Amino acid sequence: MPTLPTTISTNAGLLLRYLPAVLAVGLIAYAIVAGGHFVTLAGFALIYAVFVTGLNIFMGYAGQASFGQNAFAAIGGYASAVLTATYGWPPIPALIVGAAGAALCAVVIGYPTLRLRGHYLAMATLAIGLIVYEVTVQWQSVTQGYMGISGIPPLGIGSWEVTSDRAQLIMLSIVVTLCMASAWLIRNSRFGRAIVALSGSEDAARALGVDVARYKLAAFVVSAVYASLAGSLFVHIVGFVSPEVFGMHMVILGFTMLYVGGIGTITGPLVGAIVINLLPETFRGLKDYQDLVYGAALILLLIYAPGGLASLGNALKRRPSTPIPATAPKGARP
Amino acid sequence: MNRLGVHALTRRFGGLVANDSISFDVPVEGISAVIGPNGAGKTTLFSMISGFLEPSEGRVVFEGEDVTGVAPERIAARGLVRTFQLAQLFQNLTVLENVKVGRHIRTKAGLWAALARPAWARREEAETERRARELIAFVGLGDQADARAAALPYGQQRLLEIARALAAEPKLLLLDEPAAGLNHDETERLSGIIRRIAAQGTTVLLIEHDMKLVMNTADRIVVLNFGRKIAEGTPTEVQGNPQVIEAYLGGVETPHV
Ligand SMILES: Nc1ncnc2c1ncn2[C@@H]1O[C@H](COP(=O)(O)OP(=O)(O)O)[C@@H](O)[C@H]1O
Ligand SMILES: [Mg+2]
Repeated sequence: MPTLPTTISTNAGLLLRYLPAVLAVGLIAYAIVAGGHFVTLAGFALIYAVFVTGLNIFMGYAGQASFGQNAFAAIGGYASAVLTATYGWPPIPALIVGAAGAALCAVVIGYPTLRLRGHYLAMATLAIGLIVYEVTVQWQSVTQGYMGISGIPPLGIGSWEVTSDRAQLIMLSIVVTLCMASAWLIRNSRFGRAIVALSGSEDAARALGVDVARYKLAAFVVSAVYASLAGSLFVHIVGFVSPEVFGMHMVILGFTMLYVGGIGTITGPLVGAIVINLLPETFRGLKDYQDLVYGAALILLLIYAPGGLASLGNALKRRPSTPIPATAPKGARP
Repeated sequence: MNRLGVHALTRRFGGLVANDSISFDVPVEGISAVIGPNGAGKTTLFSMISGFLEPSEGRVVFEGEDVTGVAPERIAARGLVRTFQLAQLFQNLTVLENVKVGRHIRTKAGLWAALARPAWARREEAETERRARELIAFVGLGDQADARAAALPYGQQRLLEIARALAAEPKLLLLDEPAAGLNHDETERLSGIIRRIAAQGTTVLLIEHDMKLVMNTADRIVVLNFGRKIAEGTPTEVQGNPQVIEAYLGGVETPHV
């Protein structure tokens, strides 16, 4: 085997591997500098990056499906909104109460359903998404129904508040960095290996002493906490919340971002969140054809980069024409 | 004391009796084997011993304690680890990570330790890494540590599965047809590996189709046919047993050496 092609494709692979992440960070940096409309878009992208990072732990790592992650975002978002706007709590304790509530809710749904094989959990999560939506609509004394809650203060500690667009974006960037770092720490630990293991073979995991039901539940709870955090961030950035904010579209967007960015990767959620938020903008000039081109771009992406943008480098490396190196580069996983 | 006692284990699937009142003991020392034609009930027996399948009747005693009906992960935690007839790898993990999962019951870092990385957890992880690398080298996959498990050829996947099971430091290792899918050289190496495992104090109970491997490695053999135990003894005894010859000649396989 000639060594040259291997070297070239490995270098190209390395470049491709980091390119999406580097571009993502570059875009956020540009938004911070440029300001304006771009800032809002970048802000939403970062909030979604938090949401999808959680989804990735449950779907990408543990290999389970949840169609009700929007419920956890709603619990976090409404806890933050009600406690700060109605009861005058400081944002951080409200956010923590929301996350605890989301975690508790995840345990209550997950405990009975995760023990069963098959699609019970998926169905249960779908139900919880609808139930929480109904609650936010009907429980008017607390949520003010369709009218929603406005006047939610920005995030801050004590008298110090993050008010300007740019400061908010910087804060969100820090939060996303912490979320990605925590996801990396989780993935590269005994806990993370156990949940990735059970996605490969539940039987083999059990044969090695992994309590599969317990680890699935833990992964579900962790993903709910990320979703709740995303919900809280959203209401503080926008200053308003209504039931539609956390509708089913959140789940669909989350899935799209996860698959486009790269399911099971660390940077995939961020890359996916940014691409999906900015892609429609890119095609805005096309007017009537915008949705069509957007849809076609998504399909092409999924066909040619089935592992998502964040694993383009690996896709190239796995091409049959490229000899598989005896020792694959570190991190050569999906 | 025996490592394992199987007492009148029976398993029915509807009208089919896959295991019919099977009893035998597995002593602590050495290598034991379960052989028998396809469909004799060997895998069913392993599944009951390891907690994956509830027996219809009978008891499983491991290290002097009744473990009948105990969940597989709890049985594993007591030191009884099985492998599967078809390699069941963790496809999304690297070779090294697969073996690290094998250390699960010997380690304890949870979610908080993952996030906070206290000193004890870092030490634990370093030890896990060291042991996992040792075992990968032991089965001859040393240069594949960072490859994705799914990228290994099948023969190497089977060796990886054994390394992973060994990482749990089992007292009793159940191997379900470990040589299936291995070529001649790999089977030879496997034979050596199994002997060394037993020599290091792990009791080995294996199911095998490869007669040469069984006769060369096993100290004791239990023969099943149509769900019943038809013979038990040393390889020489079993080979000369008319019922065993009959079972194999009646079927497709022959116990040629
Ligand atoms: N889950 C099951 N449901 C129904 N029949 C089964 C099941 N598992 C095994 N059997 C049957 O039990 C018999 C023994 O199977 P098995 O234990 O796999 O044999 P072996 O491992 O010796 O080839 C076979 O006839 C098989 O078809
Ligand atoms: Mg079998």
